[in-house]
Amino acid sequence: MLRFILSRSALVIPTFLGVTFLSFFLIRLVPGDPIEVRVGERGISPERLAQLRHELGLDRPLWVQFFDYIGDVLSGNLGVSVVTKTPVLQEFLALFPATIELSVCAMLFAVVLGLPAGVIAAVRRGTTVDHTVMGVSLTGYSMPIFWWALLLILLFSVNLGWTPVSGRLSVMYWVEPVTGFMLIDTLLSDEPGAFASAVRHLVLPTVVLGTIPLAVVARMTRSSMLEVLGEDYIRTARAKGLSGIRVVGLHALRNALIPVVTVIGLQVGVLLAGAILTETIFSWPGVGKWLIESINRRDYPVLQGGILLIATLVMAVNLIVDLLYGALNPRIRHGR
Amino acid sequence: MAAIDTTQSADASAPESPFRVFVHHFAQNRGALAGFFVIVALVLIAIFADWIAPHSPIVQFRDNVLQPPFWAEGGSMRFPLGTDDIGRDILSRLIHGARLSLAIGTFVVTLSLAAGILLGLLAGFFRGWVDIAVMRLMDIMLALPSLLLAVVIVAILGPGLANAMAAVAIVVLPHYARLTRAAVISELTKDYVVASRVSGAGVLRLMFVTVLPNCMAPLIVQATLGFSTAILDAAALGFLGLGAQPPTPEWGTMLASAREFVQRAWWVVTFPGLAILITVLAFNLMGDGLRDALDPKLKR
Repeated sequence: MLRFILSRSALVIPTFLGVTFLSFFLIRLVPGDPIEVRVGERGISPERLAQLRHELGLDRPLWVQFFDYIGDVLSGNLGVSVVTKTPVLQEFLALFPATIELSVCAMLFAVVLGLPAGVIAAVRRGTTVDHTVMGVSLTGYSMPIFWWALLLILLFSVNLGWTPVSGRLSVMYWVEPVTGFMLIDTLLSDEPGAFASAVRHLVLPTVVLGTIPLAVVARMTRSSMLEVLGEDYIRTARAKGLSGIRVVGLHALRNALIPVVTVIGLQVGVLLAGAILTETIFSWPGVGKWLIESINRRDYPVLQGGILLIATLVMAVNLIVDLLYGALNPRIRHGR
Repeated sequence: MAAIDTTQSADASAPESPFRVFVHHFAQNRGALAGFFVIVALVLIAIFADWIAPHSPIVQFRDNVLQPPFWAEGGSMRFPLGTDDIGRDILSRLIHGARLSLAIGTFVVTLSLAAGILLGLLAGFFRGWVDIAVMRLMDIMLALPSLLLAVVIVAILGPGLANAMAAVAIVVLPHYARLTRAAVISELTKDYVVASRVSGAGVLRLMFVTVLPNCMAPLIVQATLGFSTAILDAAALGFLGLGAQPPTPEWGTMLASAREFVQRAWWVVTFPGLAILITVLAFNLMGDGLRDALDPKLKR
């Protein structure tokens, strides 16, 4: 087991270095540097341009900048935003809770609805219920989520007026950011109605971001359940006279969950990609929107640091999923 | 159609008329059949767009700005699905958009499939450092959120439809490479490959003539599903203003400019998205059907 953990973890190191390398050079291939972009149409004297570049260290050879950056990263320093002059890590940590809050809620939405839907579809295989669940989930899986967001805004915000269109909290409230998670912070504050406002802001983005994971979880649960329900030990359990609920809930679901958990883990990358669109549409102050804005500003430190942090997170989750999977399934850890 | 022809050769090792077995299984799946017919209809619409569309997709009828669809109050059959904010006929734009979406899907899938198969074959055949280099590169690409990588690539190349397609093709490439590699490695241990090797087949022949055709089934399924990913991702880039540029009637780009009319003109927002959803759903239905028909484990 230790051997498996070490060899699997060792694979992360070259990937990490590769991501560092790729993010550094890719963003420097984008035409225009941070200063040119900020100056824009106004123009600037060549001397001043050279001076500003020198201040940011952009006039040094690229490989010198890169090795400096690597050194900084390894000592835990991700640099300072060119635009806001705030440390990248600090900005990331300030915005990340918003993305986490949204992603966790979206995942909960997906699991709470998708798991039972998948189980019911498997148990009622071939019936109208099954066809409906599968049809709806394939539609959800095919959904262009930016359009889905617009439709929900059209219905719930414009026509019914139930939910706000953007942001995390109504401007009427001001809440001390303690944890960064708006749902918790509003509960901690004494402002009456703030929590309800936070919930109303969260509902639509959650549904939008959770739609594709919901479809994936429902489909995966169904097919995994179908496989398990055909096993001998299920027949044995039924033959022993156990109730249907006991067989499905206790014997089948527990074994069917292993691949489902893997899929949930793998959805983290999908969620972060979806968060970029969702945050942009709902003006949600999270990491996805921050990175898109940084591309437009050519904020090199923010981009390379932000991409590295996100990629590290995705790698960490994938590693944990792999290790868990290996722990649960001996065939994997002793395999090639 | 090309997908079905290739299937024939992929299944050629099975005993009795594999193509007929495949068609039989595929036709039994009503969803897959529906998807297939929708795709055929879309292809016809794309080919005959110039004759079907009532108006040009870029002509502006300045007297009929934001006219609702024909069944709503104030609408007329002259513009069946209404007009957008500068008076262009939405139906005509959707019809011409079908061309772009199918072109995007075809281009992205062809490019990523070709590159992915090549990388997967190299990694699977030579193993060792080639394998390590290729697969680590794929891991790196998969560690970045796909849309973020696509946005960065488009930022490098400049916004536009061609660059957006290239970006999406690069982003989806790792999936094909991994799939090919896995299939190649499992095929290489089989007797027929050993026999071919022993009788003196060269590496290229082994790669493309002996092994590759037997790895095609999962790749065909992935390629069909890849159409939907390609269309969705290109539309997302269009929506972010990085894909096709106005006045090109690309569905995602149409949605981007429709955003500000969400409160006043629901039809401008609803129809382009519906077109994307129907197209993507059709490819997913067909992909699922192909998977069931090609996967022997599911044939019962």
